[in-house]
Amino acid sequence: MQKNCYNNGRRDFIRKASFTAALYAIPSALVHAVPIDLITPGPAPKERIKLLINGKEIAAEVDIRITLLDFLREQLGYTGTKKGCGMGHCGACIIHINGKRMNSCQTLAIHNKSNSIVTIEGVAKGEDLHPMQEAFIKCDAMQCGYCTPGQIMSGIACIRDGRAGSREEIQRYMAGNICRCGAYQNIVDAISQVKASGKPV
Amino acid sequence: MKKELPPVNEGPRADALDKVTGKATYAAEHRVPNLAYGVFVCSTIAKGTIQSIDESVALKSEGVIDIISHKNCPSIPGYATQLPDGTRNPKQWWGMKVLHDNQVRFYGQPIALIVAETIEQANAASLLLKVSYQKETFETDFNLIRKDLSKAKPPSTYTRGNATNLEQAAVKVEGEFNIPIEVHSPMEPQATIAVWESEDKLTVYDKTQGPKATQGALARLFNIPDKNVRVIVNYVGGAFGNALRNWHNVPAACIAAKKINRPVKVVLTRPQMFNLTGYRPQSWQQLKIGADQSGKFVGIVHHAISNTSRYEEFREGIVNASRFLYACDYVETNYRILPLDVSTPTWMRGPGEATGCFALESSIDELSYTLNMDPVELRIKNFAEKNPESKLPWSSNYLKECYDKGRELINWNNRAQKPGSLQENGWLVGYGMANGVFGAGRSQASVRAILNADGNLVLQSAVSDMGPGTTTAMTKIAAENLVMPLNKISFKLGDSELPPGPTQGGSTTTSTLGTAVYLACETLKKSLCTLAVEYAPAFKNMEASTLLVQNGGVSSTLNKELFISNADLLKLANKPFLEITQDSQGTSAMELKHATNSFSSHFVKVLVNPKTFKVKIAEVVTTADAGKIISENTARSQMLGGVVGGVGMALLEELKFDHQTGAITNASFAGYQVPLHPDIPKTTVWFVNKPDPIINPIGAKGLGEIAFIGLAAAIANAVYNATGKRVKDLPITPEKIRAIKN
Ligand code: FES
Ligand code: FES
Repeated sequence: MQKNCYNNGRRDFIRKASFTAALYAIPSALVHAVPIDLITPGPAPKERIKLLINGKEIAAEVDIRITLLDFLREQLGYTGTKKGCGMGHCGACIIHINGKRMNSCQTLAIHNKSNSIVTIEGVAKGEDLHPMQEAFIKCDAMQCGYCTPGQIMSGIACIRDGRAGSREEIQRYMAGNICRCGAYQNIVDAISQVKASGKPV
Repeated sequence: MKKELPPVNEGPRADALDKVTGKATYAAEHRVPNLAYGVFVCSTIAKGTIQSIDESVALKSEGVIDIISHKNCPSIPGYATQLPDGTRNPKQWWGMKVLHDNQVRFYGQPIALIVAETIEQANAASLLLKVSYQKETFETDFNLIRKDLSKAKPPSTYTRGNATNLEQAAVKVEGEFNIPIEVHSPMEPQATIAVWESEDKLTVYDKTQGPKATQGALARLFNIPDKNVRVIVNYVGGAFGNALRNWHNVPAACIAAKKINRPVKVVLTRPQMFNLTGYRPQSWQQLKIGADQSGKFVGIVHHAISNTSRYEEFREGIVNASRFLYACDYVETNYRILPLDVSTPTWMRGPGEATGCFALESSIDELSYTLNMDPVELRIKNFAEKNPESKLPWSSNYLKECYDKGRELINWNNRAQKPGSLQENGWLVGYGMANGVFGAGRSQASVRAILNADGNLVLQSAVSDMGPGTTTAMTKIAAENLVMPLNKISFKLGDSELPPGPTQGGSTTTSTLGTAVYLACETLKKSLCTLAVEYAPAFKNMEASTLLVQNGGVSSTLNKELFISNADLLKLANKPFLEITQDSQGTSAMELKHATNSFSSHFVKVLVNPKTFKVKIAEVVTTADAGKIISENTARSQMLGGVVGGVGMALLEELKFDHQTGAITNASFAGYQVPLHPDIPKTTVWFVNKPDPIINPIGAKGLGEIAFIGLAAAIANAVYNATGKRVKDLPITPEKIRAIKN
C-alpha cells in the first residue's frame, strides 16, 4: 500500500512535470547553450499531499519540485532536520520514512504521499528522551550540533538494522553522516552504549 | 589572592538537550513572516567584465520578485570609496562589494541575486539569466605562478643570529613542502535572514562568530547607528574560522530586503561554500634546519609563499613558530603572499601555524633520523627555556610533561628507530609525533550578571558559540567561583544587544570571556557582602571582607553558623534582582612581561599496506598544555575534533581547480574528501591541566587551534617511520608514497 502510493507519486510526477521542473534539473551550461529566449516556463504544478509526520497527519499543497527536506524545513518549520548539502552527500537531513533511514534531500515531498515520517522532533516520547538522545548527551557526541539530528536518526537505524555489532560495523554504517566538528568517536561510543544497554530503539 | 577553588561536578554540555532534540535554532531556521528567498547566480568566467545581463525571461518566471545585479543595485553608503567631500570613506565595506560593479574577480563570483517567493522558484529562475562577458586572461595556478617571485608581494623577513652557524652545521636537512587549499566546510552553510524593521532599523539572523563585529559592519554599510542593527545568532553549526568575517550573503540579503521591502533569506549552497567563505591558502614552504653532533639546533631557515586574491591581501603567521618554538640562535624567515584570480582566503583552524608546523615538525623529524636520535629526545634537547624570539619567559610551558605522557600512552617503546622495520599482520607499522603551538592572548570583554530573587544567576554577553562549548565553560567558571550548583546558572549569548563580547576566534574565548565572567562573579560577591552588612541584621557591623559567598548565600568566615541565602538577602534589601555589568580589559603578552602560548604534542601510530600504500591510522594520543581545563567534557571533544581535522589535512583534503577555466572542480562533499566515521582511529586525550599563573585569573589558555596544529606532521612522521618514505606534499596519498624511491 505504501509502496503503491510511492509509485503513484512517481508516475504522477513524470506525467505532470512541466518544462519548468525539467529545466530545474538541467545544468546551467546546457541551458545557456540553447536559445532560452524561446523558453518562458509556466507556473510549476502544485499537488496536494497528505502524510504522517511524527504521528501527526499533515495535509499541504506543495510545489512538485520541493524536496521532502525543504518541505519540512521551509514550508512546515520542522527545522530539527538539517540541510548540510542538499546533494545526498552529508547525512545531516536523515530521517525515517516508514521506518527506514533516508536522506530527506534526496526525495521529493510528492513522493511521500501517505508515508509515515519520523524526524528528530518525533523520537522522544514527550519529556522522555529516546535512549539514543540520552546517550548522545552522556557521551558528548556533538560540538556544534548541526550534524547531530542526522547522526541520531542514523544511529537509531543502525541498531534497528542490526548493524551495530562492532565499532567497525557502526563506523561503516554511519559513513554517510559527516561530522565536520569531528565528534565521531563519541558518536560511536553513544551508539555502542545504546546497543549494549539492550534498550528498545 | 588566588586560592584553589573546589571543583564543580561536570554536567553535560549546557546546550546538549537543544541539540539532540532539534530545538537548537541556526541562522536559516528562524521563522520570519512574509519571507522571500535569495539565490546567487555566479560567474562562469574567472576574470573579466560583465557585458550584459538579460533578465527579461527570468523576471517572467513564476514567483520571481526581483533580480538584483550591479545594474540595479541601490546605492549603498558603505560601497562608496569616497565621501561626498572627496575624502576616503572610512566606513567602507571590508572585502568585495557584492553586486556592486561589473568586474569578475574569480570563477563563481556572485553576479546577481534572484529573489523569489520560494527556493524552488528562485533556483528555476536562476537558470534563465543570460549573461555575456568580456573575458580576460587570468592566473589561478599557484604552483606555476609562484616560481616568478616578481608576481608576489614584497616579503616580510626576520633574522636573528649568524648564518654561518647553519652553513657549518654538522648535520643539515632541507626540504620543500606543499599544502593545497583546504576549506573549512562546516556542516551549517552560511546563511543570513535580513529584516528591516523600519527605514533605518535592521534585524539580522546570521551565521557569525562575532555578533558585535557583524553589527558594526552592517551599521557602517548602511550608515546607521550600531544600536539600529540587531544581530541574532543562537547557534552556529561549526565554522572553524569561516564565520569570522561577513561574506557576500550578508550584504546581499540586507540589500535585497531593503530593495523589495520584505525579509529576505540567503543561504549559500554547498558548492558555493567551497568558494565564497574563505579557505586555508595554498602554500609552498622551504625549510632548512641544522644541528651539531649532539643534536642541538644551530640554524633554521624557513621561507613560505601562500596565495591571496587579486582584490585583497590575506597573510597569516606561517613562518612564526619556527622563530620561537625551539631554542636556536640563528633563525631566518621570509614570507610572501601571491595574488591569484581566486576568492580571498581566510583564517582556518590553526591559521598559519598549522601550515608552518607541518614543515617545521616534519623537518625536525627528518633531522632526528639523520642524527639517529629519538625525535622526542631531539625536541627535549632543544626545549626553549624562554621564548627565543621575544626573550620573555613563558607564562607556562609544560611541553615536557606532554612528551612523557604521550610516549607512555601510545607505547612509544614499541617504535622502531629504523624506518620500515616493524610489521603487524602484514601491515607496516609506524610511530610519529609532532608539536603544535599557538598564541594564548586575551582581549576585552564585557559580561552582565543578573542574580534573580529565586537565587538563579543569568550571565550575558554578545558572543556566539560555533561548537566548543562556550556556554558550558562560562557557567562552570561562575559555578566554581560562586560555589553554587551549575543548574542554577545560565549563560545567554547570541544577541548583539547584550554587553559586548569578543569574536570567537584564535582560541581566545575562554580566556577573554572567562576572565570577564570571573571578574563579574568577584564583583557580584562584593555587592552581596556589602548588602549583607547593610540589610541582614545578623551581619550588622561585620566587615564585608570577612564574609564569604558560597552555596547560594552569604556566610561569615568568623562564625560558621551565620548564613543568609541570596534570595532572602535580596528580599531584605528589597531588590527584585541584583545586576552588575563587568568589563575586563585585554592584556598583551608584553604587558604581562611573558610569552603566552598554548602547546600540544600529538602521537600517532599508523599502519601502511606495503603493497597498496593505503594508510590506516591505528591510534592517536593527543596531549595539550592549555592551562587549567575548565570543562573536561567539552575540552576533550574539542581535542577529538582537532584530531579528525588533522586526519583530513594529512590524508584527504585538497581543493582542485581547472586552470583552463579557473573553476573549482570538486566543490562538493563527494569531490572534496573530509574524514568520515571509518577514517577515525581510537583517540586518547590527555591534558596537563595546570593553571597558567599569568595570563588570566582563571588559569586557562586556548585550546581550539593547538588541538589541530601539528597533527598533519605527526601523521606524516608516522608514515615515514612505517615506510621510510617522507611525503612533503599534502594530502598524503598512496600514489605519493609509492612515487618516493628509497
Ligand atoms: S542535506 Fe541531505 S545529505 Fe546533505
Ligand atoms: S557536531 Fe558539528 S558537525 Fe557534527
